[in-house]
Amino acid sequence: MNPLLQIDNLETVLHTGATPVRAVDGLTLQIMQGETFALLGESGCGKSMTALSVMRLLPEVGEIVAGSIRIGGEDLLLLPEAAMRNVRGKRISMIFQEPMLSLNPVMTVAEQIGEVLQRHFNLRGAAQQQRVLEILNQVGIPDAERRMAEYPFQFSGGMKQRVMIAMALAGEPELLIADEPTTALDVTIQAQVLDLMRDLQQRSGMAILLITHDLGVVAEMAQKVAVMYAGEIVETATRAEFFHSPAHPYSRKLFASLPGKNKRDQGLAVISGSVPPLSREFVGCRFADRCDHAWDLCRTTAPGWSAVVVGHQVRCHLFDQTAGSMLHSSAGKTAETAPQGIPAAPSAVTNSELLRVVDLKVHFPIHKGLMKRVAGYVKAVDGVSLTIPQGGTLALVGESGCGKTTVGKGILQLIPPTAGSVRYDGLELVGLERKQLREKRAEFQIIFQDPYSSLNPRMRIIDIIEEGMNALNVRNNDRADHAGQQSSSLQGQKVDALLQRVGLPPETKWRYPHEFSGGQRQRIAIARALAVNPRLLICDEPTSALDVSVQAQILNLLKELQASLGLAYLFITHNISVVEYLADEVAVMYLGRIVEWGSVDEVLGNPKHPYTQALLSAVPVIELNPKREVIRLHGDLPSPANPPAGCHFHPRCPHAMPVCRETYPGSSNFSSIHTAHCHLYPQPQNTSTLQPQGAET
Amino acid sequence: MSMLFKPVILWTDALIYLLVLVVLAFVWYVRRNEHMLAPWRRVGHSASGMAALTVLVFFIAIGLLDTVHFRPAVENSGNSEQVYSVEVLSLLDVIAEPLRTRVEKTYSAPFAAHLYARETIELPDGGQVREFPRLQFGGAHLQNPDVELVADVTERAAVGAAQGFLGWCVLVVLLGALLARQDNAGLLPTLFAIRRGATEVPWNAVLLTLVLILSLLGAALALSTHYHIFGTDKVGQDVFYQSLKSIRTGLVIGTLTTLMMLPFALLLGIMAGYFRGWVDDVIQYIYTTLSSIPGVLLIAAAVLMMQVYMETHPELFDTIAARADLRLLFLCIILGVTSWTGLCRLLRGETLKLREMEYIQAAHAFGVSHWRIISRHILPNVMHIVLIATVMDFSGLVLAEAVLSYVGVGVDPSMISFGTMINAARLEMAREPMVWWALLSAFGFMFALVLSANLFADAVQDAFNPRVRTWSLKAGKLRRTERTKTPESKPVAAAAKDSNPP
Repeated sequence: MNPLLQIDNLETVLHTGATPVRAVDGLTLQIMQGETFALLGESGCGKSMTALSVMRLLPEVGEIVAGSIRIGGEDLLLLPEAAMRNVRGKRISMIFQEPMLSLNPVMTVAEQIGEVLQRHFNLRGAAQQQRVLEILNQVGIPDAERRMAEYPFQFSGGMKQRVMIAMALAGEPELLIADEPTTALDVTIQAQVLDLMRDLQQRSGMAILLITHDLGVVAEMAQKVAVMYAGEIVETATRAEFFHSPAHPYSRKLFASLPGKNKRDQGLAVISGSVPPLSREFVGCRFADRCDHAWDLCRTTAPGWSAVVVGHQVRCHLFDQTAGSMLHSSAGKTAETAPQGIPAAPSAVTNSELLRVVDLKVHFPIHKGLMKRVAGYVKAVDGVSLTIPQGGTLALVGESGCGKTTVGKGILQLIPPTAGSVRYDGLELVGLERKQLREKRAEFQIIFQDPYSSLNPRMRIIDIIEEGMNALNVRNNDRADHAGQQSSSLQGQKVDALLQRVGLPPETKWRYPHEFSGGQRQRIAIARALAVNPRLLICDEPTSALDVSVQAQILNLLKELQASLGLAYLFITHNISVVEYLADEVAVMYLGRIVEWGSVDEVLGNPKHPYTQALLSAVPVIELNPKREVIRLHGDLPSPANPPAGCHFHPRCPHAMPVCRETYPGSSNFSSIHTAHCHLYPQPQNTSTLQPQGAET
Repeated sequence: MSMLFKPVILWTDALIYLLVLVVLAFVWYVRRNEHMLAPWRRVGHSASGMAALTVLVFFIAIGLLDTVHFRPAVENSGNSEQVYSVEVLSLLDVIAEPLRTRVEKTYSAPFAAHLYARETIELPDGGQVREFPRLQFGGAHLQNPDVELVADVTERAAVGAAQGFLGWCVLVVLLGALLARQDNAGLLPTLFAIRRGATEVPWNAVLLTLVLILSLLGAALALSTHYHIFGTDKVGQDVFYQSLKSIRTGLVIGTLTTLMMLPFALLLGIMAGYFRGWVDDVIQYIYTTLSSIPGVLLIAAAVLMMQVYMETHPELFDTIAARADLRLLFLCIILGVTSWTGLCRLLRGETLKLREMEYIQAAHAFGVSHWRIISRHILPNVMHIVLIATVMDFSGLVLAEAVLSYVGVGVDPSMISFGTMINAARLEMAREPMVWWALLSAFGFMFALVLSANLFADAVQDAFNPRVRTWSLKAGKLRRTERTKTPESKPVAAAAKDSNPP
């Protein structure tokens, strides 16, 4: 059987900066008809450049310098541009990562899909409309007849991605390239979209080239897996083989660096360093510098392909025929070295409460009309109560738009809360004067999601770290004014110590943020927060913008800091495996309210609320035969400006009852701390007093 | 022992000195900060930008020479008290002494040896003829201008241009030696590298511009001692001299106006964006109102009011130059007050975006004060916009001055500027035969100034705009062409585009 797509020795170069970047360097792969082929790798490995090379849509600075790309025997690189236009959208189509940016905002959905139909099938008028409707129905857009005349802004993120898929399918392609198709989506929406892609593939028999960094998505979707590292493929295998016995040290490290429940008491395996810049010349194995098993041969000779079993190939000297003996000894070694010892935190959790939030509400007014009359409120946070003990970790879980981040900022008084109380160590923070609040600011700090926007690009690292110290320790400085020289040198020492603490050499303090990678920037952000000796850190998705191996480094650091400094964390995230790894207690949030609360084991092991159950089941898992039943949620998160009456979850809930539409459920207790708000469970008698907001609705 | 001159610092002089100091401090600061230096390096990589800068440097040099003012001592016998002239001169006036003092009777064409108008001349025998009299200074050394003029002009021009070229050669060797010492390379290879354009800074473009300017300048200087190379105006003043004097006026208007408006735009724009709420509302209402009033009307009203005040208080000014200068300063202020709205709006938008950035949030979490956040976080991050706006506005303001002076609400009539030159020349356009040179030379100088300012502004904008990466693109293309020349590489995609469909 001939492969549908055959790429041989593809080399793509980007001419940016002083030296050319070899984004793709000698890549060979083949995809069969109807097969899902996953290309897996960290950012900066050249995955997207491979996809764009296949489409011949490289950016201005990109150039394919060698190799061939054949689809059904036809070499795409020999086609003139005009003929290439018949291939794009017809034989190969592509879905991009960001559905918000991939649709033209001034064209209706039907027009955008119709464009494809007109180009490739010369369909016009009623026939075109008919076909658009068919395709939209195919991708599961509800009420497609009405919605096809709408504009992209009227669609939610998940729906937009469906429209993107519809556009890609309109040409009935033989190959669909999906470049991180679900990375920008929430887990429940991701489950819907992945489901849809699988379904469509079964019906139409097209092949999919799936580009992703998410091992979970690979496990759910792929038949074949190729691991890409620094511009080349280092391992190819069938899915079963790959997940059963990954061969390349890099693949094994990727698995080891995934956080999870069973790794709670140990540090995560980290891949030291980061992906080498592709602008340099490589001698020997590209992974050698970060590999635990590297020996002299790896640094001098680039490894060729060696077969592990039939259909499982790896580019590593460990599996070389001649050096095969190394395999067993080193594989044994892995088991010993991988989990580096982080002292299992001798539970510093004491029962003393550090933070107590009661009924916190943050409402944003919606202004309308000429006089900016308040027309309504976006109830971003609508009555959240939580407590964090000293040295404990509470994870706040939920989809985007449910108000997690606003809770964090509301606690820090970065956004003034509308109502409720935030007591830190017994002191009420809501309504404090700016000046009084400032005295307390050193105690609680925040780490942001995006390490690229959380550091001022125009300040040196030392200035960034010292900013908080200077702003908050004003009185210290006054006292030491007569010994001014001494205090500044003390401060310098402290900056050095902080940088070392987060794993950066002290010399880096003279540099600017743009010289650091994402993981290093996140370390700097942590150092900045630690500079003022906080006791509570609010971590707002600190690892979601980072690669898996870097995420492991940051999680290890956070865990170690907690063990040594006794920090308490409010960990805001949507990543369940991080929660399993790090948190003591979990609060699940839906549309501005906490729907379930309990210890990690209780909530993740025995979820009570239907939303928690659905959320957990939607997370892709790395098991070959998952014995779980995935609960598919329909629709999207409703708007917090206009939440549904009664239980907020009832429009999407598979167990909705008439009572759910009327009253917000009170809290049902399952253990000393495990509670959920759901009518499925016995309701407490005094609902109205416990849940004033429930009585209102 | 008394001094030969008395230094005079006019208001605009003081502000220009201040501006020069600020620019020098800025340069010093930028050189110490790698991240601020990087975009300026990109400016240095733009060939058109650097060529434009070369032209601008000459304009700025002339403008600065014209800024150093003083009053020369007047010869007086016996009196111990030193008396200074009421005329305020600048260094440029001293250097261009022959141009300034050699005043003809009235119009004369460029390179002419005769006046442009017939005059009645009494002959020694008592008879009268109407003819074009010889000029007092222009071509006065020629015995028979009709025959000798062309040869003399050509010769002088050639000698002047050759001198300019020689000077250029010396500069090239100096530059080559400097670069060679920096790179530890030989002089000749460095010179060849410059010629090929293989240097980081496009010195070949700079040197090409320089050879043009220096040759022209050499020729112009050699000729201007014996001719009025751009002719003379109605009162017989040299137009070349007037054009040189106009440069300072243009530069002052272009730079000081920006200096005047920056505080408004920066303060109000950042405040509106940062504090939002009622502060934002008030500031927005102010600039919306201001920008809906026709600018010329506002300027005319203000200038006329000021004019009346100045005329009723002549005792405030000890020289005419001081009065003209103050009027120029007021024009700058008025233009500044009416033109800050555009930049203010831009800055407000950018600040609105910045204040939501996470590093600002982090600063809030540290309890950093508002003014500290504004000065340390927001201001440095909007400076690129300020810079781009400043250089882009410059040329517009130079043109605005010309228009306003033409309308009659611009600079003092006694001050030489492009606007007053054009204004004086416009009536003569209708004359037969036409007097075209005054207008043409004002136009030429202004065109060169504005064009080079615009080209430089484009280079600055490209370098500071994060979305444009001119240099890397260019370097990529360069390398690509190099590679296609080498035989071992196979540019597949490029070849594919040329081949026929199978």
